[in-house]
Amino acid sequence: MQPSNRSSRILLPAKGWFIYLSLFVALGLEYIPTGRVPGVPDWVALVLAFWCIREPLRIGMGTGFVFGLLVDVGLGAALGQHALAYVVLAYLVNGLARRLMWFPPLQQALHVLPMLLASQVLMVVVRMIAGAEFPGWSYFLSSFTSLLLWVPLTYLLLLPQFQPVERDDNRPI
Amino acid sequence: MSLVGHKPPPIFRRGPAPLVRLLLFVCVCLAMLVSDLRFRYLEMFRHAMSVVTYPLQMAAATPADFVRNASLYFATLVEVQRDNAELRRQQLGSGERLLRYELLDQENAHLRKLLEMAQRVQTRSIAADILYNAPDPFARKVILDRGAQQGIEPGLAVVDAAGVIGQVTRVFPVQSEVTLLTDRNQAIPVQVERNGLRGVLFGAGQGRLEMRFVIGSADIQPGDRLVTSGLDGVFVPGLPVATVVSVDREGDAFAGIVCAPLAGVERSMQVLVIGRMDLPPPPPAPQPPVEKKKGKGR
Repeated sequence: MQPSNRSSRILLPAKGWFIYLSLFVALGLEYIPTGRVPGVPDWVALVLAFWCIREPLRIGMGTGFVFGLLVDVGLGAALGQHALAYVVLAYLVNGLARRLMWFPPLQQALHVLPMLLASQVLMVVVRMIAGAEFPGWSYFLSSFTSLLLWVPLTYLLLLPQFQPVERDDNRPI
Repeated sequence: MSLVGHKPPPIFRRGPAPLVRLLLFVCVCLAMLVSDLRFRYLEMFRHAMSVVTYPLQMAAATPADFVRNASLYFATLVEVQRDNAELRRQQLGSGERLLRYELLDQENAHLRKLLEMAQRVQTRSIAADILYNAPDPFARKVILDRGAQQGIEPGLAVVDAAGVIGQVTRVFPVQSEVTLLTDRNQAIPVQVERNGLRGVLFGAGQGRLEMRFVIGSADIQPGDRLVTSGLDGVFVPGLPVATVVSVDREGDAFAGIVCAPLAGVERSMQVLVIGRMDLPPPPPAPQPPVEKKKGKGR
């Protein structure tokens, strides 16, 4: 495993407990009552998208579904609303995971942005069919703040996998 | 197919294809959405899941509590003194009114007894603070700091000093969720204070209310005050709700009546949760058909 496929640096394998810990921390951040402040990022979607790229065999639609339900219950949203959005997000990101690993973090973020927007549009469509009012265009700001957070988040979540660089002239890599 | 007539076993077991799994999950999600939004079947499931989410929610509420308490702590002395003076003045005014009210209440009860009318329903009330707006951006809801442990039940009315602001829709152990009048899925039965014309008020979003199903020729005009009619057995009758802003009689059979709430529906911080002490009496039994015949014969 490398930071990206172009990098020559070798990373330690991702620990299962760390993946789920980061998802639960994101869930806790999601639950912070911020009222109607626009542009608060959807933390769970962000961390889920990250692990869907890094570990497409372990984290996917099933994880998205379970954490979507947890978000729905915690936020008092319609049950299944976030679950649906995260399942579709995980499907899209999992499908592109192999390709995204060839890009540096900033370009990965530009790939992830339309997928986050798609999941938000899906939630708006579902709730407006059910009779809710349009939450205003500022609702979509949260995808753009997620875009800004992608690069720092990449390094933060990869931190436990970095190992010290040992210079060894006799080793090929 | 191999020569011997059966498929070779797969080298890597990968389960169903991603698209199949996606369709499966999407179907499950849509089924859940329909059964939750349309039929309210999943409240039990929600309660079971909240066992997992509740500790996390409590932990997440701590920073919000901290910010609120810190802003209270740094309120200046001048502000507190000004508030205090204002409250004293209000207290004097309302104390005087309360004295008269008690007198009138006794007199009213006495007169009602004389006239052998049913007694007005007794009410109870619980004061509560609004903690924050509910995080769901698609609905107009707020969270109160009182819950089932303080005696709050689903369906109770929530008012502030100026009028009704909403109704309790979900109750947690120490918190409860109030759906505001301006939410699109909230309705409240009202009557016009001036002439007693009854109708139902619906939320219209953007802080507005809409009175629906009132015929175009009805006697209603801009500036009319609307109060609760109490017909639903939930809201106490006579609470102020809204004023009529505009009446449009141009459309089809029903008038388009836009109203503005009287209470600070999306601004107030301290509210009162009020409920009836007992359930309203059952509707009267249908009249015997003998009287109907009399009416017809005339």
